[in-house]
Amino acid sequence: MKNYKTIAMIVVATSILLIIANCNQNATTTGSGALTGSAAQKVFVPPGEHDEFYAFMSGGFSGQLAVHGLPSGRLFKVVPVFSVDAEKAYGFNEETKPMLETSYGFIPWDDSHHPDLSQTNGVIDGRWCFINANNTPRIARISLKTFETEEIIELPNSAGNHSSAFVTENTEYVVAGTRFSVPVPQRDMSIDEYKGNFKGAVSFIKIHPETGRMSLEFQILMPGFNYDLAHPGRGKSHGWMFFSTYNTEEAATLLEVNASQNDKDFIAAINWKKAEEFIKAGKYKNMPTLYAHNVYDESTHSATSTMIKEVKTLDPSELPGLVYFMPTPKSPHGCDVDPSGEYIVGSGKLAAALTVHSFSKMTAAIEAKDFDSQAYGIPILSFDATLAGTVKQPGLGPLHTEFDGKGNAYTTFFISSEVVKWKLGTWEVLDRKPTYYSVGHLMIPGGNSQKPFGKYVVALNKITKDRYIPTGPEVCQSAQLYDISGDKMELLLDFPTLGEPHYAAGCPASLIEPNQTKIYKLEDNNHPYVTKSEKDAKVVRNGKDVHVYMTMIRSHFAPDNIEGIKTGDRVYFHVTNLEQDYDVPHGISMIGANTSELLIMPGQTETFVWEPKRVGVWPFYCTDFCSALHQEMQGYVRVSPPNSNIALSWTLDGEAL
Amino acid sequence: MKNQKNNFTNIFLFIVLVTCSSLLLMFCGENHSSESNTASDAANTQKDIGIGPIKEVKLAALDEALVQKGKEIFEVKCTACHKIDKKYIGPAMAGILERRTPEWTMNMILNPEKMVKSDSIAMKLFEEYSYVPMANQSLTEEEARSILEYFRILKSSPNQ
Repeated sequence: MKNYKTIAMIVVATSILLIIANCNQNATTTGSGALTGSAAQKVFVPPGEHDEFYAFMSGGFSGQLAVHGLPSGRLFKVVPVFSVDAEKAYGFNEETKPMLETSYGFIPWDDSHHPDLSQTNGVIDGRWCFINANNTPRIARISLKTFETEEIIELPNSAGNHSSAFVTENTEYVVAGTRFSVPVPQRDMSIDEYKGNFKGAVSFIKIHPETGRMSLEFQILMPGFNYDLAHPGRGKSHGWMFFSTYNTEEAATLLEVNASQNDKDFIAAINWKKAEEFIKAGKYKNMPTLYAHNVYDESTHSATSTMIKEVKTLDPSELPGLVYFMPTPKSPHGCDVDPSGEYIVGSGKLAAALTVHSFSKMTAAIEAKDFDSQAYGIPILSFDATLAGTVKQPGLGPLHTEFDGKGNAYTTFFISSEVVKWKLGTWEVLDRKPTYYSVGHLMIPGGNSQKPFGKYVVALNKITKDRYIPTGPEVCQSAQLYDISGDKMELLLDFPTLGEPHYAAGCPASLIEPNQTKIYKLEDNNHPYVTKSEKDAKVVRNGKDVHVYMTMIRSHFAPDNIEGIKTGDRVYFHVTNLEQDYDVPHGISMIGANTSELLIMPGQTETFVWEPKRVGVWPFYCTDFCSALHQEMQGYVRVSPPNSNIALSWTLDGEAL
Repeated sequence: MKNQKNNFTNIFLFIVLVTCSSLLLMFCGENHSSESNTASDAANTQKDIGIGPIKEVKLAALDEALVQKGKEIFEVKCTACHKIDKKYIGPAMAGILERRTPEWTMNMILNPEKMVKSDSIAMKLFEEYSYVPMANQSLTEEEARSILEYFRILKSSPNQ
């Protein structure tokens, strides 16, 4: 009895301790005061639970797209887009090499800048993410079912593809403008003759409503300014596209001085519905050119690259009604349209105030022909005629504005390192919070649509300095999360990001999560070198080319012993993952292969090339820890001299397949 | 039970345990539902229906078309680990329905993760085959049923 009592006591005491241990999580005290504790709670996503929002953040000079969760800030995936990625074999395997083809040949890197999400009726629909390559002008489309880059289209006549990739409100077009104006078509001419001779191409890429496939529908050849950022009209202003411009001085040297001379540059208002009418009426010129269109096919798990040789161009100086200029002070960067479509906010980088144009005043001024003058045949509207208001003394160096859907706007200020909240219509500043440091763009999920989800704003900072434990001269770049659900903003979290987090787009996870591809069905795999069953595994010689049809499943390859390979051969390993279960990828790598590993998803086929240089017996193995016997997942290839007569053979467990 | 005293002690202990457990559940709302082994004794394999969506299978006359369909699916989705007459990554399939119930067989195909954790036969097999997990090949019930029909023609062979 005594013993039992003791046991009972222990059980009770243990239970109480357990209760305390398990339940005390809420009472977070960090020693930094109550505010810090409540911020921690707001960003804490308990183990096993999911974030409320996706954030798609450009990798800047990494060329990729980073997928974070909000409010936790956790990084989930780096989607390779414009740069090779050895981890995922992007740009290394035979299937994805064509994705990085351009009219200049294969390019392994670019600078990715502005992701934007597809919309239906002005609301984010969770289907695709688009992003631009800045250096060698391209637009990519990423599927939000597979989180893979499915398509990349190059843009001719463009250079420094910066005012891109912005999506119209029914995803009719993705619009991309050139930052650098260049001779169009390119030709050997003096740089001094820039003024009046260079052109700024603005591209309208049509999106297929079902498949998302892109086609370069037309380009408008604008005057030779720099086209910096853009946003589509929405609601009442749907059918218009707005571009900020700088260097209306048309300087070709020392731009930091010479492109800051004019008191006002422009926001260009382009009527793309009108452009469609001109195209339909045949008012375009077909221009010979060259650009690549690369498409990844989910059924063959392979990409193709096609060169296209012509583009339709429109000349706004000859087509009245196509383009108008709205004078906007001091080299505007951000060009942001509020959810109603009425207000167009121009962030003059060097201006003391934010300039807000009114869409309805703009159309009235066009109607009344209230023009100040013209530039290259394009009417310049009078500044006062389109002005809705100015936000006075908001901060220094305004860059970018997004909206919360509750009548408020949030603008970043690069020079004074802050986010400022102000009210649409009254233009009064409501709140300001510092950023650490030098904030560039910001993002409210859906903040660039008719329906923002105004719970958080993410500030994307250019400089980090002392915010994290240091990592040598190069420190991480970072983002900061603010709660904007109340009257005042509250800084909740710093989190490091990939490359330069240049720009971002976000939406509720519920728009994307239910549509995820979990496996590729083997029966739907139409890869030309697929092996759907071990009995079909084989090795085929065709001259010096040898094709290995290989399968993988926990935890072996078939075949795993191959003989009859010779130095000087070119061996293609076409490897199919036979798994049909979620999250069971396998990898493969071969000693001495001058390429990356493959990382193959269930039901997928990928190919790497190996050119054996030395005689011997060479191992390969699975690179992704797949099961308790992952270390046993390996094989050997015998490589003989070119003149040997060893027959080609392939086996598993001593038996031919 | 030796005497009344012991009996009381046991009841007391039981109450303490139940109370503590309920306290834990009440206070923390944590729900560690442990999957209990509903399978019968391993020795009684002919009755074990396993754990999963299949509760009862009625076998009628052999459906040749279904056998053919099952064979095709088996060859693509299963033969990387299962041979007919030879122990391989997993057990040989010949005579499987002489050893296992149709329900157990289909549940093993459709619900392998839970089976190797909680079904006593599957747990033993998991251990015997070096803890290589039975792959969930994401088959539908209909596809698993056709494989079962194919298994009906695989009689046990002396080579096993």
